[in-house]
Amino acid sequence: MYRFLRDLDRRWIFLLMLLAVAVPILLQSRFPETPSALSRAVFDQIERLQPGDRVLLAFDFDPASAGELGPMATSFTYHCAKKGLRLYFVALWPVGSQMIERTIQDVILQDFPELAYGQDYVNLGYKSGGEGVIKVILTDIRQLFTTDAQGTPVDQIPMLQDLATIRQMDLIVSISAGTPGTKEWVQYAVTPYPEDLRIVAGCTGVQAPLMYPYIPDQLPGLLGAIKGAAEYEELVTRAYGRGAVPGTYSEARRRMGPQLVAHVLMILLIVGGNAIYFAERRQGAR
Amino acid sequence: MKRTVPLLIGSVAGFVLIIAYFVPAAEGWGERVSIWFDVLASIAFILGGGNLLQAHLRKVRERRAGWAYSAVTVLAFAVTLWVGLAKVGVHPNPQFPDSSRWTGQYNEPGTPFWWIYEYAFVPLTATIFALLAFYVASAAFRAFRARNTEAALLLGTAFIILLGRTFAGVYLTSWLPDSLSGLRIENLCVEIMRVFATAGNRAIMIGVALGTAAVSLKILLGVDRSHLGSGED
Repeated sequence: MYRFLRDLDRRWIFLLMLLAVAVPILLQSRFPETPSALSRAVFDQIERLQPGDRVLLAFDFDPASAGELGPMATSFTYHCAKKGLRLYFVALWPVGSQMIERTIQDVILQDFPELAYGQDYVNLGYKSGGEGVIKVILTDIRQLFTTDAQGTPVDQIPMLQDLATIRQMDLIVSISAGTPGTKEWVQYAVTPYPEDLRIVAGCTGVQAPLMYPYIPDQLPGLLGAIKGAAEYEELVTRAYGRGAVPGTYSEARRRMGPQLVAHVLMILLIVGGNAIYFAERRQGAR
Repeated sequence: MKRTVPLLIGSVAGFVLIIAYFVPAAEGWGERVSIWFDVLASIAFILGGGNLLQAHLRKVRERRAGWAYSAVTVLAFAVTLWVGLAKVGVHPNPQFPDSSRWTGQYNEPGTPFWWIYEYAFVPLTATIFALLAFYVASAAFRAFRARNTEAALLLGTAFIILLGRTFAGVYLTSWLPDSLSGLRIENLCVEIMRVFATAGNRAIMIGVALGTAAVSLKILLGVDRSHLGSGED
């Protein structure tokens, strides 16, 4: 056994990881979720808004991280649409615009066909410049966004008529996989204007620890990776009734099954690796 | 001249932004500089594309190791750029059905650009990201060793976080009474992130901020000119 583990070909590990992810997906394993304080804070910040309030949804991620961030983007959009909020989508990542299009397709067009483009939601698309974009649209949104993502002049879009700056937003929801992302929205938008702006965010697992220093004053709520998304989904489902929330909004909870088995496998691999290490050390000492 | 003008532009823009932050009357200047920055950031895409072509075409021409990958990169870049810019397969805007394809959207569903994005870019980037799970598992088995006290502490923390981010953490320690709820794995996980990770990150952030401020000042004053290149070309 010791020799087998010591000389283990890494392809066996790859196979184990494949099974750890595939089996729970095939078996559709589900586990209960207990929302954390941070997920609850995110939920509460959206829940306290009134119908017609403005929400800026910043989709700063790409298809590489869509597996981790897609479900929370879907849930955020569903929650905001359900609340009757006005949604302003924007992206600081080049393919963020496509992420927005996908979410609009999957959530708004699918489950909220009554919402009108330009009146209830708008896709402003991508602008290059990262934090530079944030700094400019804080004082005058028309300096950079002269049209929406489809090329329609902003003056022809009803929900942009009375919007001069993003400081008029009631909440910013940042979904980010890196730079520019949540950190830039916190540093350049919310921190200089704490009276005007509030933000909640969802980010990847590797990015989450970097956001903790801003909690709770600058960033009251944070969804960390698929776990955070699953907790938030649970809260939305509880609030809007299990029957009322379509099944597509349980994607994060579905992905927690493979995550559980993969994490346990990682622990077993680390324990196994260390067992070999200590056995070798003991042999060397003899 | 080649170094002095960029240096001056950088210094003026930097100082304007600093002044604009502290002097409300100068806010407009700061905004103007920010807009210039955004325009330059867009132009940087052209420079980036040119640089990518230059580097990979040279590699292909000189038949250096891995030149075939460079050829694929150049080909993919050229095809994507062409179908996007030329709006290949795009239909006229529905508002102007009699107009040309130039009025339509380059990324509308069904177009070659959309096809490349949907069936090449999305699966390829997702696959690369997903491969991480396999390599991390292999690395965990081979390299994550409790060689000393620090490594053992790191290992213990990793176990708590790995378990705490799943239902396994809740399941394993749910038997603990409420008076000891702080020892439940999911709560330990939160505390590690809230206290230890935050403290460490704050220290790093303060260090980075001080370093950034010092380096920025050196660049703005022209003391550090390394960002302008060697000046030999």
